[in-house]
This record gives sequence, structure tokens and C-alpha cells, in this order.
Amino acid sequence: MSKKFVARSVDLLPPSGIRKFFDIVSQMEDVISLGVGEPDFATPWKIREAAIYSIEHGYTTYTSNRGLPELREEIARYLTRRHGLLYDPAQEILVTVGVSQAIDLALRAVLSPGDEVIVPQPSFVSYGPLATLAGGIVVNVELKEESRFVLQPEELESCLTDRTKVLFLSYPNNPTGAIITRQEMEPLAELIKRHDLLLITDEVYSELTYEGKHVSFAELPGMRERTILLNGFSKAFSMTGWRIGYAAGPADIIGAMVKIAQYATMCPPIMGQYAAIEGLRSAEADVEAMVKEYNRRRKLMLNGFRDMGLKCFEPRGAFYIFPSIKSTGLTSEEFAEGLLREYQVAVVPGSAFGSAGEGFIRCSYASSVTALSEALRRIEEFVNKERRAGNRAISGA
Amino acid sequence: MDDSQLKLDVLELISQNSRQSSETIGSMLNVDKETVERIIKQLEREKVILKYSALIDWDKAESDKVTALIDVRVDPQREVGFDKVARRIYLFPEVKSLYLMSGTYDLSVLVEGHSLKEVAFFVSNRLATLEHVVSTTTHFILKRYKEDGVVFEDGESDKRMVVTP
Repeated sequence: MSKKFVARSVDLLPPSGIRKFFDIVSQMEDVISLGVGEPDFATPWKIREAAIYSIEHGYTTYTSNRGLPELREEIARYLTRRHGLLYDPAQEILVTVGVSQAIDLALRAVLSPGDEVIVPQPSFVSYGPLATLAGGIVVNVELKEESRFVLQPEELESCLTDRTKVLFLSYPNNPTGAIITRQEMEPLAELIKRHDLLLITDEVYSELTYEGKHVSFAELPGMRERTILLNGFSKAFSMTGWRIGYAAGPADIIGAMVKIAQYATMCPPIMGQYAAIEGLRSAEADVEAMVKEYNRRRKLMLNGFRDMGLKCFEPRGAFYIFPSIKSTGLTSEEFAEGLLREYQVAVVPGSAFGSAGEGFIRCSYASSVTALSEALRRIEEFVNKERRAGNRAISGA
Repeated sequence: MDDSQLKLDVLELISQNSRQSSETIGSMLNVDKETVERIIKQLEREKVILKYSALIDWDKAESDKVTALIDVRVDPQREVGFDKVARRIYLFPEVKSLYLMSGTYDLSVLVEGHSLKEVAFFVSNRLATLEHVVSTTTHFILKRYKEDGVVFEDGESDKRMVVTP
């Protein structure tokens, strides 16, 4: 009825492909969900305890728009420790309301109408819509399983125009679990510099790297001055609900993001910030223990899918696995819906992450080994059933 | 692959859940089921793995188990120290655990019985009367909050939304 009040730009935004699934799943009981994009570990107790302590002692006010100075200092120290990067906590770091807000602020701070943003797919559901809302024009480029879902220099070059302003990358990647090595980053960095582009890199899964060490794009020569590095606490420290992320970058860009944030949200929640400080100071061992556990489950899932005859790319980061279900003859949505209704296992169809995700399903392994083993067993039954049905169809039975 | 690290990984997984199949363990460690079984048999032979058991909440099972932790002070013997006395204590089947401790007492003895009276009798008739036992202090377990890494109360359930991006 009041639809005429809704802005056309928002009306035209496609609804999240995940929403549809959420609505079906929430009607059902006893579903094993592999569709959850957050850790199954509660925030480490020592972090929770530090936050509770800060609340008990009355720390409930606004903080600086940029975030608590102590937190910015800890973040700067962390980036130096892990990546040899030097960012000035006073001018070059901004604490945000989750990495989601950092993405939104970065795009709004740099995009003018008509600017093009390259968003490789499959990708996290937010990048495209937020870029559109910020007035940018989204240019999608398809990542290929044959290249381990790593953006190839030729693929990047093929979509550059004189209006291209920003390249948006995210490794380790949601939904594919792909990572990118330094060697693979170098030719991309060269192109970015040559065409004077800005790189926004969402590295929220950086701690969840199972092979080699995560390299940040900002570490490469000549990249720091043209990179907005985004990261946060949700995935590594299991702090999804606390809503604390951050952006690191050149002072003028960060300053522009601060300008928007000070009007839009004032500051991130203070108790979340105290939790984050505790996390950086004392919880790295907890993070390592979680990574070790995720790695075991990753191998369990990879072996499980391959054993049932599904072609499966080996994820080396994040906590998602992206097997191909093309051999069943079903579309991603048909597969996901059939699996859910008949076997009560929820996975997210790859198509929810862009057309490049069609033919795949995203399974999160942020669940217990018991749940994962049972889910694999049910998926295998479903796959075999579909194969038999497919064979009957081919043989004309 | 470094066998000693693999053994530690297998032990860690078995100690968390001893009913996990060798196939699942192998899948998590990227080795085949036969390698896991070979390692487990070896660890059993070497008595590194001593027993497979289950952690039970006996109160929920409505059994009448009573458990006590007894601090025992001992007068150690020349040359054999605590070992001989410890042996005389642990040979009793009621003694489920026995540890040599630092601090104000020497041995920590965990005793199980069917009633408070039964356990108290055991301590006074069998334990306190042993040669070289100087004194005993009996503490009864009233409530278990957490044991072996498991919270007994309705710990922390999965409160996540079923599907999120």
C-alpha cells in the first residue's frame, strides 16, 4: 500500500537468494543446517568476560567515531605482527560496525555516479547491492573453478573500461573457500597500479587459512596507497553478534569513511570494542585451536564429497566447501530444495552468490563432526537417488 | 607423514570421542582407515591407550552413586617413598583414582560407593587403618558442574539462525 514511498533504487535491488531458503528452512524441524555463515564456537569466554567486566564497570558510552584509541593501537600492532604493515592508528584505521559496515562506508566514500566497480563472482551477497546503493555500476566477472576461483589477470583486463574505479576482492573467499597466493596476487597488483585503480579487499577470513600463510594485498609494493584493507573479529574470534570490524588505508580515504560513519552510526558498540581489545591481547591461542578444528572438518567434508563421486574443489580458507552438483543434472536450487525437503539437510545453492555459482552448492563446516558426518551420509543418499533417477530417464525407463 | 604427530592427533580425537569410527578419524587427518587402525592397535599394545569409556551423568541416570575425594597424608618409607602405600590403597576396587600430589597432603584418593555410609566406612575401616597412613580428610562431591571438559548443566546450545550468508 505504501509501496510508493519506497525508493526506486531500493525496490530494484534483488532480494537475497539466501532469504528464500531461510524462509523454507525455518518452517521445518530437525534440519541439519550446513547453511550457516558463522562459527559454531561461542565467543571465547575470556573475551566475553572482559566485555561483561567493562559493562559492570559502567563503560556504556559513545566512543570516538574512529573507535577506541586502544583498539586502534591493538589493530595496528596486529597488522604489523601478521603482515609487516604499518598503519597509523590515529589516521589510518577505522573501527566499524562489523566488516559489513566497513564495506558500505568504503564504497560510499569512493564512488561517484557512473564509477564502475568490478566484483568477481561467486561472491558474498553484499558487495554488488552495496556498490549499487552507493551509486556505482557493478561489473561482474566470473571466477573459474579451473583457476581455483582465483581472478586471472586476463579476466580482470577484459572488463576494464575508462570508468573502472574500484576492484573488489575477497580472499579467503565466501562461498568458495578459495585462497590466493602471493604469486597469483602480483600480476593483479601490476594491473591495478597500471590502471590506477583502487582495491578494496575483504580479508575477514584471513585467520582461517589452512595452507601457507595469508598474504594481504596491502603488503605488495605500491599497493598500500591504493588499498582499503577490511578485516574484523566475527569469523576468527567468533564474535559475529558483537558487530566489530575495521578498515585500514590511506588517511584521506579513512577520513572520508569516518565522515560518513560519524553521521550514520556515531561509533561501534563500546562493549564490542572492549571485547575486541581482549581478543587481540590474549585470544590468539583460542583462534589457533579453532582453526585446527576447522581444518579437520574441512578434510572430512572434502573426502566425503569426493568419495560420493562429486567433483569438489579443495577449499584452503574460510569454512565453506563448494562442491559441484552438475553431475546430478539438477540446478543448484533444485538440488538444495530437494535435499532439504526429502532429507532435512540445508545447504545454500551456489546461485545465491551470482550466476557463476550455478551448478554448485555452498556447505559450511561450522558444525560438529557428528552433524557433518550425518549430513554427508544424507547427501550421499540423495545424490545416489538422483543419479538412479537420471539413469532411468536416459535409458527411457 | 610424521608418525609421532599423527599418533598425537589420533589420540586427541579418540580422547574427545572414543566411539568415532576409524574411517571418520582418517578422513579428518587425511590418512586411510587402515593406517588409523594400525596406529590405534599399536597405542593399545604400548598401553598408551588404556581404556575406552563414556562420561555419564549418573544423577540423571538416577543411580545411587556417591563419590568422595580423600586427602591422605602418608609417612613415606625409606627407599620406596609413597609407592608401596599407594599400591596398598589402589588395589581396593572402590578406589577409582589415586594421585600423588604436591601441597599440604600426599595422596588424593577418589572413592565410589552406593551411599555416604558405605564410603565413610571404607575410609574409617580400610583406608585410615593402613600402616603409614597418618591422616585422612574426606570430601564428598555434592554436585558436578563440569567434568572432563563437559558442562553438565544445559551448557551452551546452538542458538544460531539456521541460514545466514
